[in-house]
Amino acid sequence: MRGAIYSKLNWTIIICYILLIIIGWVNIYAATFSESADSLFSLDTRSGMQFIWIGAAAILALSILFIINPKIYPIVSPWLSIGVIILLVAVLIVGREINGSKSWLMIAGLGIQPSEFSKITTALLLSSAMSRYGYRITNPKDLLRTAAIILVPVFLIALEPDVGTILVYCGLIFMLYREGLSGWFIVLAFLAVTLFLITLKFSPFVSILVLTALAGLFHTFISSHKVKVSLSYLVFILASAFIPAMMKSSLLSKAAKDFPIEYILIGIVAIIGVIIWFKAAKERNRVLKIICAIYVLYIAFIFSTDFIFDNLLKDHHRDRIENLLGISNDLQGAGYNVHQSRIAIGSGGLLGKGFLNGTQTKFDFVPEQGTDFIFCTIGEEWGFVGSLSVVLIYTILICSIIMTAEKQKEKFNRIFGYCTASYLFIHVFTNIGMTLGIMPVVGIPLPLISYGGSSFLTFTVLIFIFLRLDIERWK
Amino acid sequence: MQKGSTRSRYLIIGVIAFMAIIIVQLVRIQLIDQSYKVSAQNNALYYQTRYPARGRILDRNMEVIVGNKSTYDILVTPIFVKDFDTLALCNIFSIEPTDVRETFKRYRMYRSKIGFRTVTFLKQVSQEQYTLFLENHHKFPQFLGVAHTTRSYPFNAGGNLLGYVTETDPDYLNKHPEYSQGDYVGRTGIEEVCEKMLRGEKGYSIFLRDSRNRLHSSYMDGMYDKPAVPGEDVVSTIDAHLQSYGEMLMKNKVGSVIAIEPSTGEILSMISSPGIDVSVLGEIGKHFQSISSDPFKPMFNRAVMSPQPPGSVFKLVNALIGLQEGVVRPSTTYPCHNGYSARGITVGCHAHPSPMNLEESIMASCNSYYCYVFRSILENPKYKNEEEAFEAWYEYVKSFGFGTRLGSDFPSERSGFLPSSSTYNKIYGKGGWKALTIISLSIGQGELGCTPLHLANLAATIANRGWYKIPHIVRDHGNDSIDNIYKERHYTLVDTTCFEKVIDGMYMAVNAPYGSGATARIAAVKGLDICGKTGTAENPHGDEHAVFVCFAPREDPKIAIAVYVENAGFGATWAAPIASLMVEKYLQGEISPERKYLEERMMDANLLHKVPASPDYVRPVKNKKK
Repeated sequence: MRGAIYSKLNWTIIICYILLIIIGWVNIYAATFSESADSLFSLDTRSGMQFIWIGAAAILALSILFIINPKIYPIVSPWLSIGVIILLVAVLIVGREINGSKSWLMIAGLGIQPSEFSKITTALLLSSAMSRYGYRITNPKDLLRTAAIILVPVFLIALEPDVGTILVYCGLIFMLYREGLSGWFIVLAFLAVTLFLITLKFSPFVSILVLTALAGLFHTFISSHKVKVSLSYLVFILASAFIPAMMKSSLLSKAAKDFPIEYILIGIVAIIGVIIWFKAAKERNRVLKIICAIYVLYIAFIFSTDFIFDNLLKDHHRDRIENLLGISNDLQGAGYNVHQSRIAIGSGGLLGKGFLNGTQTKFDFVPEQGTDFIFCTIGEEWGFVGSLSVVLIYTILICSIIMTAEKQKEKFNRIFGYCTASYLFIHVFTNIGMTLGIMPVVGIPLPLISYGGSSFLTFTVLIFIFLRLDIERWK
Repeated sequence: MQKGSTRSRYLIIGVIAFMAIIIVQLVRIQLIDQSYKVSAQNNALYYQTRYPARGRILDRNMEVIVGNKSTYDILVTPIFVKDFDTLALCNIFSIEPTDVRETFKRYRMYRSKIGFRTVTFLKQVSQEQYTLFLENHHKFPQFLGVAHTTRSYPFNAGGNLLGYVTETDPDYLNKHPEYSQGDYVGRTGIEEVCEKMLRGEKGYSIFLRDSRNRLHSSYMDGMYDKPAVPGEDVVSTIDAHLQSYGEMLMKNKVGSVIAIEPSTGEILSMISSPGIDVSVLGEIGKHFQSISSDPFKPMFNRAVMSPQPPGSVFKLVNALIGLQEGVVRPSTTYPCHNGYSARGITVGCHAHPSPMNLEESIMASCNSYYCYVFRSILENPKYKNEEEAFEAWYEYVKSFGFGTRLGSDFPSERSGFLPSSSTYNKIYGKGGWKALTIISLSIGQGELGCTPLHLANLAATIANRGWYKIPHIVRDHGNDSIDNIYKERHYTLVDTTCFEKVIDGMYMAVNAPYGSGATARIAAVKGLDICGKTGTAENPHGDEHAVFVCFAPREDPKIAIAVYVENAGFGATWAAPIASLMVEKYLQGEISPERKYLEERMMDANLLHKVPASPDYVRPVKNKKK
């Protein structure tokens, strides 16, 4: 049996895993390297500590592969989840506040993040709940139960608050999509984010025009008079685009000029909308009615953008989003991290400056260089070749997890695989995107590379449980 | 609903698509956009400028007129400045905390423009203050000191002549992109003329610095550092002792002195009074306000920039032209009875024996004689009409350099003014003027403007018997040779033989016995054979300007000099003594005891109140004498 297990293991995933932790370890050493050279293994340094975590991870991985019976996971998952929920509550009460969020529990001198472990328990509980016989995601009751499993920890984490982890949970939508959730959810969520950003960057007026154009696209798609419908939308949008110019015309009084243009547009849209609604009702066109309803919903969303932005988000989140959109450009404040990280990565060029030769990381220009901004060290010292390699390793890792998950006979195993892949994807894209300035700064680590035990062990556990589950399909 | 496997494929495509976005961004910032590499260098590499020592300026005897002393500039990189002990910094440099706050407010205002650049916070900090600063450097790690050399002036001489060194201003930087902020540049005088040689070449040392602006090791062990190349010394033609002596004589007088070595055209001294004191020169920025509000305009270099009528000195030119044209001979005599009258026009003259020949006319500076000479030149039957004769006269005068820039290497030389026939055609209409109309030109009045440099050049030309070399202030030195144009002889249109007759007159003007009517006997120095000519330039504002040109010795002249003292009165009273004292100083090294009284009188005299620009100007009672 022992001998056989090696051939059944998914070595692609394991090789990617090992490559990433070696890359991480080396770059943590480089990022925290100083002239008073300490050894790679000195416990005073982060690279030394990371070596301990690697050791711990190895023990965990071997235990998961050879000792723990995978049959136990569906059974213990509810209890583990309850345990983690208790920890999440505890952290709100006795947790230590670091950088404005209470997410660390100090146990025996070691800091742990319960929100990290909640990723594992949530994945297990989701896999077990959704693999139950007769589960159908389209069934409202089942959907509600699934939502509860996700939203309870999300709610507790939101109280810390830890935006990064919430974002990671949002990634589970990809798993849900695979399990049958309508793809429209992803599209609508994506649209909401897009409209939110357009409204902030430009104006509600532009946002409404974009939304109208999309509605027109769908209307055209379902209509039998495709040319007529598309042309009328086109004419409407082009005409509306002249409203701002018309408002500046000298024929208007001062008061009229100050009247917000988006309200004029909304007035016109409302009249046309009512006409379309009645037409849809007369023709018993249900899809058109739905489009109308969704359209109205998004209009409301556009107008509440400012409220959400000003009242529901914290200052530093606002700054980071504004910085990302180029609305504010304070390179000393919110923009500093991203600006410096782009400089570090950009200065790497094709081949990089070489191991330990990065000036930007070595001289502390980039903050959090061992943890969240570790990708800067890679980009600076190993250049485009190194960065590309890391991105490709992640891509291979995520895609092989998805493909392996697809091969599973057990629904439990597949869902668990998708959860792992979703987490990984959100982590990687958000983290690297943030260092490159295409995502707002969110404090989530680069899986298996960033310094830090909790995240590292969490991904080790997720990946190795999945590998162990994968072996089951050979039986 | 799609099948799971289809959705799985979509998800994989999605993952790859998003990873592709990351890769595109990586390509953009790592491979295409080079600006991040520059920013990284700005971040981590600190180029500390090494300023070269500016070349020294030496006088003709290789004595240092302008040397260097060490001071320090304090620099700061505003982007890295966090809070620091403002008060301690102010105590070290004895500056006001409000000024510091003001400065940093400005840095914040222009932070996008300044970026990562290091700017000058304080200039020219003394050695003592810098030592104190270094002891306390840990309190202000963001500040750095850079050694600079500033000018020192061992001689108190030549303020206007030497020019000054100042930090480049934005206006200058726009015009001269090869300079950068914080650089120093020579303005006016020799500092400007020889900027290229004096400047040297900046170097830099590269250091690695961290995000808190602490300097770490030298970058690549200084492999890419560039040492500063010190500026070259410039040897000027100036005689520092003569210059300094001349400035003492010109103290409290408005005017200028130019001394030239006739055989080479080298300027031995150039004094514009009142001038800038060299003690002010080193820190001209601090004194700019008071300098520019000074009624006597010390920045204005009268020696090359102030064209004035030459007065009787110009008779020499007319005499030479008359001789050359053959309309007058040395033996020609003309009568004079306190003036010249013809067709209702009268030119006054002073009392002297009559009639006089050419030599005597120069000696006694007879106005009438030159009215006759000038008429003879213009009414010369050789020419079709007076206009044509005037044009010939014009060419003669121009060949002495009048009305043109001589082409000296000294900046901002003015051309002065020499009227041409078209000038008069414009005023009187063609054919509307005759010799008598413009008879003032005969005695150097009227529409003539010559700078003191022109007059000194005239003296040198006569001393050389008919040629001059363009006056200049920089000498050959080592491998640096001056332009060949300064070595060419420029001949006038007057033959060498004519000059001897005029020189006879000039010799007599100084050395004739008492009672002969000689005008410049006061300038006589035993054994020096000074040849000179006085002038008293009429002037609508205040008293006449005193003018004197001379050269010495008569044979193989070593020095030619022009003195112009504004509103001083007779040339013989003020200009001639100063000129002769300088000649004596230059040729003998000291003033003979029997002339000491003259030296004292000149040094003590204060004629400033006679100048209209002066705040305590006393309007003189005009006497009609000429």
